[in-house]
Amino acid sequence: MESALQQKLPLGFLHGQAVLEKPEDLYIPPDALEVILDTFEGPLDLLLYLIKRHKLDILELPILKITEQYVTYVEMMKELKLELAAEYLVMAALLAQIKSRLLLPVHEELQEEEDPRAELIRRLQDYEKFKNAAQSLDEMPRLERDIFVAQAYMDPSYEWAPALPETTLKELMLALGDVMARAKTFEHHHISKEALSTRERMSLILEKLGEANSTLPFIEFFEYEEGRSGVVVTFIAMLELVKESLISVIQATVGGVLYLTLKSE
Amino acid sequence: MPGRRVSDEQLQELIEAAIFVSEKPLTKQVLKDTVLADIAVSNERLTRALDDLQQHYLTRGIRLVEVGSGYRFQACSSLSPWLSKLWQERAPKFSRAMLETLALIAYRQPITRGEIEQVRGVAVSSQIMKSLIEREWIKVVGHKEVPGKPALYATTKQFLDYFSIEGLDALPKLPDRQLEKLTNLIQDPSVRELSE
Repeated sequence: MESALQQKLPLGFLHGQAVLEKPEDLYIPPDALEVILDTFEGPLDLLLYLIKRHKLDILELPILKITEQYVTYVEMMKELKLELAAEYLVMAALLAQIKSRLLLPVHEELQEEEDPRAELIRRLQDYEKFKNAAQSLDEMPRLERDIFVAQAYMDPSYEWAPALPETTLKELMLALGDVMARAKTFEHHHISKEALSTRERMSLILEKLGEANSTLPFIEFFEYEEGRSGVVVTFIAMLELVKESLISVIQATVGGVLYLTLKSE
Repeated sequence: MPGRRVSDEQLQELIEAAIFVSEKPLTKQVLKDTVLADIAVSNERLTRALDDLQQHYLTRGIRLVEVGSGYRFQACSSLSPWLSKLWQERAPKFSRAMLETLALIAYRQPITRGEIEQVRGVAVSSQIMKSLIEREWIKVVGHKEVPGKPALYATTKQFLDYFSIEGLDALPKLPDRQLEKLTNLIQDPSVRELSE
């Protein structure tokens, strides 16, 4: 047997001494150690693992034994130069503290004191609860893995009617405000006194739209030279035409330019 | 204006098609505001139509189910092992760290990152929080009134949708065992000698 002749390689070094034998109750193949370390989600998880290995209840937390093993384990990881999260060392310190408190004689006056293990037991229980909850969550049916959503498509030949935003009276008034402001600058040119007929203006608008044979911008219907009253007459004529359903006011986008168009049957 | 009348069959057809073509689950309210906007349908009638549709699909390979953000159609779960072969890539596996973090947020929400770390005993990686937020399973719902004002996390409707449940009460119950035993242990000084 060749292997028997070979010098035994140390598993690791503990307190400067070579560890040739695997620690009892904690057999983990050395090359698997690195892998296993990744599987622990922190010191609480490692502690739970050690407790379960002994088939013990968390409530009977045998602090001395567990501390010993925990420290052995952590030391081994350190010796193997595995990157060790600081949390593991904090836990080692906490275990050592609990251990020392347990070893102290119980003073009469301190009888009321809580078991030093209680807080750690509570944390272990809480962690175990969520460790299990995470497992159940993983086992729940979920999209991508167990659930497939059923979908249907719209008939691709369907033509979408572009939904034009409704033009509000407010927007009409705002547009008129702009036109009025512009008309104001021309006001002093206004000399005509002839009455402007709304009806006539209505016909003009219809005619203009008929000639253009398309939609025209709202502002194109105003003759600024006519001044404010001219603008008002044109505006009233537009409202009349809208009311009589002869034209409609449209807007390509919300807040966009207003257009007039003939109402087609 | 809600006025048009439709037969029960027409109503079912419309609801069925709407849920099928919609990319996201539809709630009763969304159905009423969109496809049923100009149809006179009472809440009772809508519920009945959905119930009837659910019944109708019980004998097919598709089921109508209600999840967190509404109704959707999904393949009958008993067919999943075969259906999964349609996709080359395997569904993503989640790390234990991510699942534990998600479980804590689901059961203890609203919860801060610090509180999650307290229970898990290790730091929660930013990567995990980021990917949970990116998948829209969790969101910040506020800030805790303590120094530093840490963000409070909660699960979303998308989280419910992903696990195909209607609400958080459909999650597996957390065990509350051993609490009594712990209290006894703490109160009984003789137990101290137990450890070696």
